[in-house]
Amino acid sequence: MAEVTLAVDGTAVTVPGGSTILDACRALGNDQPTLCYLDNLTPVNVCRVCVVEVEGNRTLVPSCSRPAEEGMEVATDSDRVRHSRKMVYEFLASSVELDLVDEETVAWMDRYGCDPDRYGLPTDPSGDRDRRKAGHHRIGPGTEAETVHQPVKVDNELYVRDYSRCILCYKCVEACGEDAQNTFAIAVAGRGFDARISTEFDTGLTDSACVFCGNCIGVCPTGALMFRSEYELRQAGMWEEDGQTVTRTICSYCGVGCNLDLHVQDNRIVKVTSPMDHSVTSGHLCIKGRFGYEYVQELGDLAVTPIDEILRRARIDDRGRRRPPKSRA
Amino acid sequence: MSAEATTAERSAVDALLGPPTPSGDGEPSQPADRRVAFGGYHRSVESRHLLLPALHAVNDSVGWVSAGALNYICERLLVPPAEAYGVAGFYALLSLEERPARVAHVCDDVACRTMGGAEILEGLEGRPDVHPSPCLGQCDQAPAVFFQRAGEEDTVLVGATCDRVTEVLEGGSVGEVPPVVPQAGDPSLRLLRRIGALDPTSLEDYRESGGYQALARAVEMGPDRVIAEIKASDLRGRGGAAFPMGIKWEAVARSPALPHYLICNADESEPGTFKDRAIMEGDPFAVVESMTIAGLAIGAERGYLYIRAEYPLAQSRLQNAIDRSRAEGLLGADVAGSGRTFEIEIRRGGGAYICGEETALMESIEGKRGEPRNKPPFPTQVGLFGRPTVINNVETLINVLDIVLEGGAAFAEIGTRESTGPKLFCLSGAVERPGLYEVEFGRTLGELIDLAGGVTGTGRIGAVMLGGAAGVFVRDDHLDMPLTFEDARARGATLGSGVILVFDDRTDFPDITKRIARFFRDESCGQCVPCRVGTVRQEELLARHDGGEPLDEDLFEEVAQVMMDASICGLGHTASTAIRSVIDLGLLERSRG
Amino acid sequence: MFGVGGGTCSYEEIETTDVILLWGSNAREAHPIFFHHLMKGVRNGAKLYAIDPRRTTSAMWADVWLGLEVGSDIALANTLAREIIASGLHHEEFIRHSTEGFEAYAESVEPWTLQRGAEITGLPPEVIGRMAHDYATAEQAQICWTLGITEHHNATDNVLALIDLALLTGHVGRYGSGLVPIRGQNNVQGGGDMGALPNRLPGFQEIEDPVSRGKFEALWGRPVPDTAGKHLSLMLEAMEHGEITALYVIGENPAQSEARSDHARHLLRGLEFMVVQDLFMTRTAELADVVFPAAAGWAETDGTVTSSERRVQRVRKALDPPGEARDDLHIISALAERMGRGWGYPTAEEVWDELRSLSPNHAGMSYRRLAEAGGLQWPCYDEDHPGTLFLHGELWDDPLPRDPAPFFPTPWAPPVDELSEEYPIRLTTGRRLDSYNTGVQSGGYSSPLRTAVAVEVAPADGAALGVAEGDLVRVVSRRGSVEAPVMVDRSLRPGLAFMAVHDPDEVDVNLLTIDAWDPKSGTAEFKATAVRIEPLQEDVEQRSGVRSVANYPA
Repeated sequence: MAEVTLAVDGTAVTVPGGSTILDACRALGNDQPTLCYLDNLTPVNVCRVCVVEVEGNRTLVPSCSRPAEEGMEVATDSDRVRHSRKMVYEFLASSVELDLVDEETVAWMDRYGCDPDRYGLPTDPSGDRDRRKAGHHRIGPGTEAETVHQPVKVDNELYVRDYSRCILCYKCVEACGEDAQNTFAIAVAGRGFDARISTEFDTGLTDSACVFCGNCIGVCPTGALMFRSEYELRQAGMWEEDGQTVTRTICSYCGVGCNLDLHVQDNRIVKVTSPMDHSVTSGHLCIKGRFGYEYVQELGDLAVTPIDEILRRARIDDRGRRRPPKSRA
Repeated sequence: MSAEATTAERSAVDALLGPPTPSGDGEPSQPADRRVAFGGYHRSVESRHLLLPALHAVNDSVGWVSAGALNYICERLLVPPAEAYGVAGFYALLSLEERPARVAHVCDDVACRTMGGAEILEGLEGRPDVHPSPCLGQCDQAPAVFFQRAGEEDTVLVGATCDRVTEVLEGGSVGEVPPVVPQAGDPSLRLLRRIGALDPTSLEDYRESGGYQALARAVEMGPDRVIAEIKASDLRGRGGAAFPMGIKWEAVARSPALPHYLICNADESEPGTFKDRAIMEGDPFAVVESMTIAGLAIGAERGYLYIRAEYPLAQSRLQNAIDRSRAEGLLGADVAGSGRTFEIEIRRGGGAYICGEETALMESIEGKRGEPRNKPPFPTQVGLFGRPTVINNVETLINVLDIVLEGGAAFAEIGTRESTGPKLFCLSGAVERPGLYEVEFGRTLGELIDLAGGVTGTGRIGAVMLGGAAGVFVRDDHLDMPLTFEDARARGATLGSGVILVFDDRTDFPDITKRIARFFRDESCGQCVPCRVGTVRQEELLARHDGGEPLDEDLFEEVAQVMMDASICGLGHTASTAIRSVIDLGLLERSRG
Repeated sequence: MFGVGGGTCSYEEIETTDVILLWGSNAREAHPIFFHHLMKGVRNGAKLYAIDPRRTTSAMWADVWLGLEVGSDIALANTLAREIIASGLHHEEFIRHSTEGFEAYAESVEPWTLQRGAEITGLPPEVIGRMAHDYATAEQAQICWTLGITEHHNATDNVLALIDLALLTGHVGRYGSGLVPIRGQNNVQGGGDMGALPNRLPGFQEIEDPVSRGKFEALWGRPVPDTAGKHLSLMLEAMEHGEITALYVIGENPAQSEARSDHARHLLRGLEFMVVQDLFMTRTAELADVVFPAAAGWAETDGTVTSSERRVQRVRKALDPPGEARDDLHIISALAERMGRGWGYPTAEEVWDELRSLSPNHAGMSYRRLAEAGGLQWPCYDEDHPGTLFLHGELWDDPLPRDPAPFFPTPWAPPVDELSEEYPIRLTTGRRLDSYNTGVQSGGYSSPLRTAVAVEVAPADGAALGVAEGDLVRVVSRRGSVEAPVMVDRSLRPGLAFMAVHDPDEVDVNLLTIDAWDPKSGTAEFKATAVRIEPLQEDVEQRSGVRSVANYPA
């Protein structure tokens, strides 16, 4: 496709045809905030935090998915843009636990002057979100700000779902479904504010179609989906991201050659991810690559680091699904 | 999750999909020596559009969709259960929990709530088979109740009372209620002239009254000339957006991507609106004929009519009209001797206002959650099943008949220069003769209210809701406003879907306002943040005000602004407009004292 | 293929191809990330045929699943070829220009009418016909396979039969078209590339070719044996005949992974001396005289591995190995030192650079480039070479710059372990998503997906045997028997049973399998065993310990 030239905040930029406004902004080094956008997933443009003002458009447009057009005049920092971004962040921060979002998001929120407290005190966690019906809701007195807070779901040895942190960005659904894994264990259920990520009938992951690839965790921007190892270490106050090394290597199992990033703390693998920009995996792995590392640290009496005990916690409820461990020779 | 369907659930699904085939997918009883199976991704894509009809089939016959039923549907259609669950739970009328065989949905929306709807709900509070409902499109005969009945057809009760609702829930029946056209007999009527005047189930009657002449004429003219006449007529969409219809038709007709689709949007759900229902119930052949003309003109071989589930009578009348027309060669392989194929299929919504949004409606037909798409691309480029699609609502479409017969130029003479043709208005609330009225564009708001016999109640207008819950409230200073697109725009109002809901000056406006806020929160699809959270914060602000605090108007304005600026679709864009107009008119405060 | 042991395509090509024959591969479970690429292709419109006796989770995604008889792959391939030729859909120009031996091949497949193919494979003739036409007429098409093709006594012929199809239709050497064997282990490709084959030197250079050998001899200052060595099946045979009496095993578990495993263990026990170098005390290590504890190659050492798309990628040390464990390179170097022929202790990169100087395919792949590019695909001849997306593009060059690619007529032969009245059920073996080979590695983590090893049978067979899900049965082959609980699997047809291979300590499936092996590749016929299933009068709860009956004492 032919190149197109457009203006972003008054600066002309030429990008290949088919580029988005976000691509054009990035080409200028003028990055925009995103939450639901990821290079390896189809844009769903639902978070609306990347909106920009395009001359001639009545409403703001999502830069992550709107194709750049010849002659477009884009404003990324107009009053309307700043207002919408501030409000989107505030809406999320006032209804969702956001304390694990990345630093960039925190910086954008600061920049736009978000004040989530002005909607009132957050409501208490609710245990009934998974049973709420479309078209009906309980009407509160308005003195508290409705939240999605709810109990953490811990139903298996490998990962934890804390939907109090879910901003409904759809990334996990896309990674589980058509963009990578084609497993479709989860989908968006319910409607409106009660929309939520769910298995069928909210059945536990172990009864669902889930194949425990962890690709949903790999794309989750808020820590709503978390490896059990990370969760247990965090619960114990022993998760030390600053002290971790990340080493890229290749999975030890089949011959596809998936790149693994091993996150190591105290000489123990505590998390495995894959690079989003590598042509083999695009960031996605299978259960073996994601979780099958434990045999290298099945050390029997040699396991003496303080985190070993914590890492073993996740296996307490393993219900016999683990073979009697073979210790290292 | 493993759960098996009951025999009843299986037969409901099989009645729709046919019995399972040996080499197809999901057959529970595979032949012992099976060596080949056809299925996979492409077949799952092809069958996905049957998901909502299959869910309806079970919900209709058994009353709810169990895990076993869901699994069986998923096996038959190759849909992942989590996705099917997400789709089922999107629609308010599909139940994923066991419930009584008969369920009443009592309208307590803006028109019905002051006419007895709220009292019925109060009177029947605590019954597990009684639920509040958003507008049921029966505002002229308020209060209305929609009944779902397992194993029987759904039905609607108008002019309802607690006793009547209880009676029906306990097995009683509901009489058929014909649409009321107060202007019946007026020779100047174009769109409404047949309603109430002939048997809506009779093709013969329809033909005798001039029906199907327009199709014959359109076949003679050919697609290009039909589209030229539509363009000349300057007919604009009556669904709220007022987009010129000829431009849509032409874009799709010229698109090289095939196939083309036509959709008739009959998901009329805007609170206060009942015009399309009246047409479909009273003149269903006109809808079929109009769709056929449109289909031939844009080169579509298939048209979908997407109708809200709360209109069971309209659906059966339309199905009859389709069947009769097909039997007479007016639909099918060789439409009216044109050599062209055109079929119409009815698709039923599931209780979701958002599915009236054109792209959400397409998602719904495709078997997905009714979540609107980002535009562009527009439906004329990438529409139903990703193909070029014309989507028009019922009222817009039936204008085609006169345009084809009289010519676009003549049609353009009707009304004003920018607002051509006749227009339907839904008068309800505090008026003497609520009902559907047809006028030429250009009559004023006051004239319409007079046509409906003037204001009842206190006899003094408190406010008029114009255009629906997504419209605005105006005071009597707007009575002189001509009801045209251009005048409405100039005065910051909207015609929306033609709603004129009159409130007298004793109305509890804070209550009406809260109901509107509740409506938008309930009906937001939940996809985008501004609308999903914004509709909640809006309702909370009003609730706080209701509790005695002064309204934080600045914050309200900020919430309204982000919904308007950054939401994906029209629902979010307009979720605050009516409420904001109430605030601006001071009605929120005045009635509090 | 055609003298080079590597898949011809890159993963990205399957994303835009038009027809995919997934043959003898349950990639969704065994190669999940390859299946991601495959599904992108399907979503982009590719038609997927799955050829597998079982309707696997991969086959569920296929437009057409063909559940052929176990071991009838050549019959199916020959039938496809015959139908393609008979319909005039073969690529005459490509055949004339780039191949040789077509006439003999065409003659060899001539008897394979759709009817005959249908009789042998058990498939409807019209479906075979449709697949032939779809494959032949596709703009781009790929054949992908794994162990369902290679774990047979005639594995090499199976592969050749597939290669013949690609030559016949010109579906090789072009972007999007090709032959795609997906490797079962993370460095099966790299091991072969590095010369861990009996007849090859690193870079697929023939050991019997004096010029190739000479390069190595010159650098190493030592003579290189001029005859091919033995593959594993031949080694076992040599042990049986007393020709091999000592064994050095690095990272293999032949005591459990070999077909007819009790026999393999018997042979290992009979050795005079065995050294095992492994991460774990495997069953094989337990039989060893000396065990070298090794570091995990992928997480505790530096080096490279090569994937199924010929991509050489870096593995890196992320962890310090435990206790006395050392990396393989160190152990081998130390061994050489103790033997008096030490070469010092080179780094992984130094060894790699030596390899690059000897293997033209790898010459351009410096560690620096491998890191920057996220791996490079061989051949990569120099540091300016970008690596190679797909192989054999030269077959389309004019004039043809190489020898024409030969057709190999492949006669069909049924599985060696014949079904009989006494052994009426065909048992096939395979892998599950969460587990891997003998489970030594994958057994170490908690998998919510894991189920006990069971013998999976068709509903009708279960009913005929009078057993229900969970009932204990004895599975008996001509070589041994095992006890296992029954699992009823709707995706199996009657007469076909399945067992996973992952838990030999619990159920030693390879007591049943036959050690008939392919003379060319040395692979045993794990995929086709004749068994009978006998119900037992106790349920699995009461079961105490493993009851496997072997012909050799444990």
